[in-house]
Amino acid sequence: MITHRALYVWRRNFTAYKAYYGSSLLGNIGEPILYLFAMGFGLGGYIKSIEGMPYINYIAPGLIVTSSMYSAVFECTFVSYTRMTVQRTYDSMLATPVSIPDLVGGEILWGATKSLISASVMLLVMTIFGLYTPSLGAVGILLAVLATGVLFASAALCFSAIAPSYEFFNYFFTIGIAPMFFLSGVFFPLDSFPQVVKWFAVILPATHSVVIMRYFFHGSELGAGVLLAAMFILSIGVFLVWLAIRLVRKRIVV
Amino acid sequence: MAPSCLVKGDEVVKKYGDFTAVDHVSFSVKRGECFGFLGPNGAGKTSIMRMIQCFAPVTRGSITVDGMRVGTHDRAIKSVLGVVPQDDNLDQDLTVIQNLVIYAGYFGISKKNALKRSYKLLEFFHLSDRPDIPIRELSGGMRRRLTIARSLINEPSLLILDEPTTGLDPQVRRVIWRKLASLKDDGVTMILTTHYMEEASRLCDRIAIMDNGKILDVGTPDKLVREKLGDTVIEFVPSAEEDGETSKLLDTLNEKYETAGGVFFIFSKEPDGVLEKLANIKHTTLEKRSATLEDLFLNMTGHHLREGA
Repeated sequence: MITHRALYVWRRNFTAYKAYYGSSLLGNIGEPILYLFAMGFGLGGYIKSIEGMPYINYIAPGLIVTSSMYSAVFECTFVSYTRMTVQRTYDSMLATPVSIPDLVGGEILWGATKSLISASVMLLVMTIFGLYTPSLGAVGILLAVLATGVLFASAALCFSAIAPSYEFFNYFFTIGIAPMFFLSGVFFPLDSFPQVVKWFAVILPATHSVVIMRYFFHGSELGAGVLLAAMFILSIGVFLVWLAIRLVRKRIVV
Repeated sequence: MAPSCLVKGDEVVKKYGDFTAVDHVSFSVKRGECFGFLGPNGAGKTSIMRMIQCFAPVTRGSITVDGMRVGTHDRAIKSVLGVVPQDDNLDQDLTVIQNLVIYAGYFGISKKNALKRSYKLLEFFHLSDRPDIPIRELSGGMRRRLTIARSLINEPSLLILDEPTTGLDPQVRRVIWRKLASLKDDGVTMILTTHYMEEASRLCDRIAIMDNGKILDVGTPDKLVREKLGDTVIEFVPSAEEDGETSKLLDTLNEKYETAGGVFFIFSKEPDGVLEKLANIKHTTLEKRSATLEDLFLNMTGHHLREGA
């Protein structure tokens, strides 16, 4: 059972973050913003419009998803792994009333918070450049980011719990995360891919996050697809939180 | 009234796979005492500590802390425990004061209360000069003091110290001993592991000597030494050309002795007689001195260097 003590763990991470938030934020949003403008203006010059909008507007919501994804997975792979192993921060927390579910819950919540921070800055930049018109939909965007963040933070923490070394994360990033960046419908509609890739894309969580994000971002009509995507993200998210607790316990308790 | 026994281990077994680290060990620690686990590396001391602090599950048997059983009341036990681990695990991403305040937060202590306690502890451990520097700027001795300060943030009734002064210079070690002694005077119960016999005899009211996962003997340091070894030890180093003469003599005299690195340690009830006879053998050193805990430790756990130790 995750208790309110997860917030103590979250507070620890937030306190540490305040000392280096500049470099952290740059790492999390620098690349997505670069993609937004490079692809948006570069490729956008050749693509008149896609699904009835300029290319840069088309890719904007998807890039909020990818920046959320990268923020959460960087936090819960390299940074969490360092706390778990090199710095022994987990050991010190577990000598207090904080339990393993609290600890894992706090780490995941913090990973999701990093997603929220990145997504908020992205949204602000997009608003400044006129790509986004602020509306009540922003609440939906941030809720979707939170759910996406929890899912990816949990997945990353599962990997950290079984990782023998830092090199192991290459598998996670190359096989798990990179395909999601290109194949989850951020840059092109999935219809343009061969059928095999389409099937593959359906099992990628990012694909579903992109669907939800497009809905809130462009204020389009609510369809069954969006609801199904939301259910997919929430159920996989809950499962991965459970799995992360199990795997971290298995690693730490001997 | 609360029972006099704070921690009780009953037939405790700890296994890692097929390896038995702790083998049917029973012990009890009284309220307000300092209880030491002594033993060579791999004796099972740290495993016992990790079980008491609810970190490693007990394979068989039971451990209770203040009547609460390890394994079922972990959260309640951990909230009254202070832990000083063998390996430094201060939070390297935080400053000195943040290390204490955030750690207090894990116990649910309010920020205001946490700050008050933290500054008091920094004062007590002579660390209040620069509370806002990062941990990496602290020396080894300062880090150790901060770790002990951190373990006291929840005002624990039981302090667990796993080799608290290993790797520190003699001055720092003495400072820490003084601080621990004054905590003991305040009524804090302590369980300690150490390699330093001087540390054990200074701090511990009672000690358990461990080897190969078992407790060999328990008692006050003085009593254990006197019972097992007598009051005096003779150290004898024969000259290089000596040819088994010394052991032959000691065997015929039926004396108890150990050898280590060419030195004979003789634990005799009649030291003066033995001394006289040994003087006839060519030697470089012949010395009579009081028996110490170190002699007892070597005597009970053997002199040979353990593989992997």
